[in-house]
Amino acid sequence: MKISRREFVRDGVAAFTVGFAAPAFLSDIAQAQGALSRNLVVVYLNGGNDSLSTLIPYTDPFYYSRRPEIAVPAGQVLQIGSDRGGKPLGLHPRLTGLRTIFNEGRLAIVQRTGYTNSSRSHFQGLDIWGTANPTASTGVGWLGRYLDTLPSPVDALAAWNTTRETPRALVARTVGVPAIPDVRIYSLSSPNSAAEAALERLAATEMTSYAPEGRSHLSFVNGAALGALSTLDRVASVDAYRPTVTYPNNGFALALRAVAGSMARGIGTRVYWVSTGGFDTHAGQGNAGGGTYATLMSTVGDGLAAFYNDLRNQGLLNDTLILEFSEFGRRVSENGSDGTDHGAAGVMMAMGGGVRGGLYGTAASLDPSASNPSLENNGADVRHETDFRAVYARVLEGWLGTPSTSILGGNFLANAPAII
Amino acid sequence: MADSEQVAHLLRRAGFGATAADFARFEAMSVSEVVDYLVDYDRLPDDVDAKIGQSAYVSVTASGPFSPNTNIEHARQRWLFRMVHSQRPLQEKMTLFWHNHFATAYSKVAGFAGGLQGTKMMALTPGALPGPPGQIELLRRYAIDSFQTLLFEIARDPAMVIWLDGRTNLRARPQENFAREIMELFTLGVGNYTEQDVAAAARVFTGWNLSARQGGANNNDPNAYYQFFFNPNQHDTSAKTFSFPIYRTGERTIPARSAAEGLRDGMDFVAALAAHPETARRLARKLWGFFISEAASPDPRFVEAVAREYLANDTRMKPVIRYIFKSPWMLEESFRWTRYSWPAEYVARAIREVGWTGFSVDTARTPLLNMGQNLYEPPDVAGWSLGSAWIATGSMLARMNFAATLASNQRFNLQRAAGAARSTPDDLMAFFLNRLSPSPIDSVPSGALMTYLQAAAAWPASDAQLLAKSAGLTKLLVGSSEYQFI
Repeated sequence: MKISRREFVRDGVAAFTVGFAAPAFLSDIAQAQGALSRNLVVVYLNGGNDSLSTLIPYTDPFYYSRRPEIAVPAGQVLQIGSDRGGKPLGLHPRLTGLRTIFNEGRLAIVQRTGYTNSSRSHFQGLDIWGTANPTASTGVGWLGRYLDTLPSPVDALAAWNTTRETPRALVARTVGVPAIPDVRIYSLSSPNSAAEAALERLAATEMTSYAPEGRSHLSFVNGAALGALSTLDRVASVDAYRPTVTYPNNGFALALRAVAGSMARGIGTRVYWVSTGGFDTHAGQGNAGGGTYATLMSTVGDGLAAFYNDLRNQGLLNDTLILEFSEFGRRVSENGSDGTDHGAAGVMMAMGGGVRGGLYGTAASLDPSASNPSLENNGADVRHETDFRAVYARVLEGWLGTPSTSILGGNFLANAPAII
Repeated sequence: MADSEQVAHLLRRAGFGATAADFARFEAMSVSEVVDYLVDYDRLPDDVDAKIGQSAYVSVTASGPFSPNTNIEHARQRWLFRMVHSQRPLQEKMTLFWHNHFATAYSKVAGFAGGLQGTKMMALTPGALPGPPGQIELLRRYAIDSFQTLLFEIARDPAMVIWLDGRTNLRARPQENFAREIMELFTLGVGNYTEQDVAAAARVFTGWNLSARQGGANNNDPNAYYQFFFNPNQHDTSAKTFSFPIYRTGERTIPARSAAEGLRDGMDFVAALAAHPETARRLARKLWGFFISEAASPDPRFVEAVAREYLANDTRMKPVIRYIFKSPWMLEESFRWTRYSWPAEYVARAIREVGWTGFSVDTARTPLLNMGQNLYEPPDVAGWSLGSAWIATGSMLARMNFAATLASNQRFNLQRAAGAARSTPDDLMAFFLNRLSPSPIDSVPSGALMTYLQAAAAWPASDAQLLAKSAGLTKLLVGSSEYQFI
């Protein structure tokens, strides 16, 4: 008999609550699904990252003439060589940790990623990156479709979202992804003594194990509540994780620390979602390599470097792929507020033990001429060269070992950069 | 005489749930009269703030003087207090609706002008201190008034001018943040404007800025304030052409004007956006989700009817809301319990139903954060993600845990109130199902609750058992999935 996920969860939890037998059972399932014990950690830079300040074409005279206030001086740029078009490029001066990883050959940077008719809306843009469908930005996400391909029953912690809301990318048809923004508060409280609290928990588990006919919204909430009740104890074990490095004290780094902890504890999670915000830099981006944008780069660079080093020390690097993206890049020319407005193509980054590092794609020429083929919108924005779905396809096929065509609704492998 | 289920439904949607006092008040009224009572709230005193600190109401917590005009944590408490106790629940409800619609986050405002000024810009009661009213007070004042006026006031609201960078929108190099969002999120919606419209709209709002600080020497002076200031020297005076009509004649171009008259560009543009049929439809769709159903997609007949009502009434919301509340969609029984409660709604309704004597709304602040709704701090300009997006494992835990915190705090009150129901588990269950308002509980979860009441218990209940089971049952009911809907 083929058992459905709900049936599994119900029986699994009942077994756990009554007989304390399920943790081993659950992690057996997790292990069975983790035949490949590979993790994917998706890092989303919220707000539209100004990729021309992340990866800087420091010899392009138009970079300086179009950004007289906010350009990073060439002398501060962390040079990482030239792309295949021969354009010298450098990382933002705060990304020292990422340069080290780049020099170790484990950071791939894919330039000019995006899609045709790039949305300049944050919300539509993020939905498009989430569904991997530029013409239909609602419904199930690309990682959700991947989760839906996992053999049933799918472990409740197959994916782990470190933000409060489920991002579009993780919306699945059959799997509810837990939102665990902070492992320290991922616990259940009670007005009563421990014995009475255990009875309450049993009642709550029974109540939420119920899938009522014709009340799909209630079923959905029950699924979330039961997902919480059935993952509490495994998640709690992560709180005791002692990392091998000191993580910066900010939400992004602490989320990465929890991810490392869950990997080290063998929780069985395959896909993680981590995000950091503040990238909608319409104003006051900063000057001379400092200011607001530099702070954002410190957060990203220092957090990811700590995570990378922790994973290496734990022997987890070869099982981990970190994939970074943002919903769009920003305009080439700065505005009058020392900021940049919404643009088009951006850069994606991938790092990890299995990554073939280097610079992929070619940088845009920033010549404002309307006939410049590497720009669009009359020379205002960077035109995409690599479809973001080609990067997704490479990750699905080369890393997660699953066919990408059905998940992405087309074959994007043909021109996919060989980052793995 | 109104059906009490219908009144309860109306009060969950138009307010923050019904209490016994509400049922008593509305007992002799028809549904239509109840709607009028709720909508014509300007007949009732706006005296809720005066009750803060009185012992008959939920309490607030402050280490020094309670300062909701200058301390954001106090402002958050004041708003929760209003949701729990206002005689004008619809006003608070619509204020919450607009707060999500014109989503502005305190943190960026405070980043510019400091916490005290940031709080004033978000929450200052008109006249309580020098300076313009806080943004939320603006939303409150125009909660069911002219949308066009509200949109114009929002465009020149100091917090908004900071939030969407209007203060740095310069003639020589316009910036598009506010220009884009006023079309994408506040009015037309994606697909109804072009990138050229965004660029033109940015020029419309050039010169819309803040005054220098007035009334005080520094930002920590409560008498200091900022206000809107139109800087003609930074206004782009040339004509601006759009892809949609700006004037009733069908004219799509805002004419070139002298700098001194430049503010009229924005007034014309705001009027055009407010009166645009797509704005009417977009608001209608949002109101459908807010008042009618999140289970069913908006009925096209509803959208057209509400849009028509809105346009026929020159964008005034009061007739629109009255129309919706008296419409067949509002009365439709199958739409009951099809709206996911927002965390603030959930908390206010739980406090109103469980009880508040000895409870401080401050206790709800951190739980609200964990449920995903920090008042005055929407995640971005699109507001919170609504509907099922409220619900994930972490946020459900936060809801269940708030239920536990509230039940724990109120357990002696609950024990006392439930004294007459101590004979049997059925009596106790009936008592709490009457007091609390979960959506219908089917036999399976109901059986689980009965099992809980019978476990490790002897009936009639001793005082200690009544204390434990009343608190435990309240926690389970308020934390149940069934309770998360309104």
